[in-house]
Amino acid sequence: MDVLVGYGMFAVGFFTFVAIYAVLVLGLNIQWGLAGQFNIGVAAFFAVGAYTSALLTTAVSADHLGGFNLPIPLGMVGAMIVAGLLALAMGKFTVTLRGDYLAIATIGIAESVRLVLKNEEWLTNGVRGVVAIPMPLQGNDLIDPRLRQVIYLAILLGIVAAVYAAVERLRKAPWGRALRAQRENEDTAMASGKDVVMYRLQAFVIGSMIMGLAGAMYAHAFQFITTTPFKPVFGTFIVWIMLVVGGSGNNKGALLGTFFVWGIWNGTEIFLTSFVPVEFATQASAGRVVLVGFLIIAVLLWRPDGFLPETRVLPGAGGNDPAKPIPPNP
Amino acid sequence: MIVLQSLIYGIVLGSIITLGAIGVSLIFGILKFAHFAHGDFMTAGAYFAFFFVSVLGWPVWAAFPPAAIGLVLMALLVNKVVYEPLARTRPVILLVAAIGVALIVRNLVLMAWGPDNVVYASGIELPYRFAGLRIKETHLYIVGWALAMVVGLHLFLQYTKMGKAMRAMSDDPDLAKISGINTEAVVRWTWAIAATFACAGGVFLGMDTRLQPDLGWNVLLPVFAATILGGIGRPYGAIVGGMVVGIALEMSTLVIVPSYKPAVAFVLMVAMLIWRPQGLIPARTAA
Repeated sequence: MDVLVGYGMFAVGFFTFVAIYAVLVLGLNIQWGLAGQFNIGVAAFFAVGAYTSALLTTAVSADHLGGFNLPIPLGMVGAMIVAGLLALAMGKFTVTLRGDYLAIATIGIAESVRLVLKNEEWLTNGVRGVVAIPMPLQGNDLIDPRLRQVIYLAILLGIVAAVYAAVERLRKAPWGRALRAQRENEDTAMASGKDVVMYRLQAFVIGSMIMGLAGAMYAHAFQFITTTPFKPVFGTFIVWIMLVVGGSGNNKGALLGTFFVWGIWNGTEIFLTSFVPVEFATQASAGRVVLVGFLIIAVLLWRPDGFLPETRVLPGAGGNDPAKPIPPNP
Repeated sequence: MIVLQSLIYGIVLGSIITLGAIGVSLIFGILKFAHFAHGDFMTAGAYFAFFFVSVLGWPVWAAFPPAAIGLVLMALLVNKVVYEPLARTRPVILLVAAIGVALIVRNLVLMAWGPDNVVYASGIELPYRFAGLRIKETHLYIVGWALAMVVGLHLFLQYTKMGKAMRAMSDDPDLAKISGINTEAVVRWTWAIAATFACAGGVFLGMDTRLQPDLGWNVLLPVFAATILGGIGRPYGAIVGGMVVGIALEMSTLVIVPSYKPAVAFVLMVAMLIWRPQGLIPARTAA
């Protein structure tokens, strides 16, 4: 029985991470998949969301700003608002940049945000981090802590479902079509009377708000945050790998990629912790990153559009058959 | 006096950044993508040299040529296996691939040499004292060699057939191709030069500080900042950009807390992207 509970709790931990990363990947899919924005500053919005919700919901503390002791749902809303405001401020200046230029600007800003969170001790308690972040139902002693984690996972999966429904709706709406139109050909989109800059800014802000929500989900799941998880590899690159492997532009692909990449990442960790001697732990975890690096390149070489490529549909061309994909551009 | 001292450190750091930025700029000019693995190429070059220093007991200057050859071969291999097959897709796919390459290279270095700091030569190097300023012999080597390499590159680009072909391809790849330029050879030369300069940058960085697996990654953003400041795809601009970024980074500690030093490069970079994405010097006078 205990063994079963152990496996069960492992699964809960695994899917908690999958849920958090799924929301990050869905947010990125609006920016990259729909709008074609190369944001490699995902970690900034993830971090800002996590810290905002943490500071809003913790009890008053001398170590950092607040806490404000607010309910967790308000923390999550606050996380989305602050991440959205950061995106709005960034987007005002960077939204006209294309491709590699936007990439370089966003990673620069993301690293600056991490420096601020790490160094401004009055705000975030610096490298010591924010502790005692509440989890839902925490005050209730009748509930087993393990059951509480299961309940929180259920809440997280509910959030994933809601975000998925929302981004699917956005993708199919005229808004999503306009975004894809400007991604494929900015001039024709403008000639059709679309305010391309405004659409791009909206996509950047909405995608970033979703990333901020993922940050709040993370903060309440682990109840303790420092800036370490928001370094580029875990905060940004793994999210990109999940999206590209799954199939950018396709929200089902985004979920599949998240599950697949986190499965490989976590599976290799189990292998390493059980079979590799402790003295080689550093080498082994580096080997894991090497493996993920090879994985991304292999997928790019053999399936540049990911497992589930975006279905391209031209209304009116070849009938209104939505299942008929248009071959990708050469 | 402390201002002048910071200026000296800035010129040393600027020389190293320039060596990285020239490679990034050349690659952007010829292959049209931002090479995110460049910092980790610098790391690999530094550790290749460390191999010859630590295992064979060679001095650093003797370890540089084989290390550079090693890095050039590695760059050509990566280009053949990863970048070339992807070259016909969108540039952004190349960028994602470069992030993958960066992760692989950095972590292979970590596996091979471990996470601890290592040095080429232990012991304290006594600086020359000169009117109250401290200058290390290492610093003179770094600036001198960087200068020599930049002049060499200038002569190569200006007066050799391959150099002219590279400039032609950077200006207009299609026109270059129909003019009969062997574009594959140009790409190989680009990687060879970029890797040699990256190796020098990495080795100098290791001589100036210590070697660790994050060595090149930590200067990648300053290198990009220098590339952008100089105008992406323009190797001469990279020299100006490298110096501006190096000096700005070192001088910044006079006015702000040192923990925000890395942010100076980001702020410069983002400001340039917004204000003058074409670079500090207009293209016509820089070419």
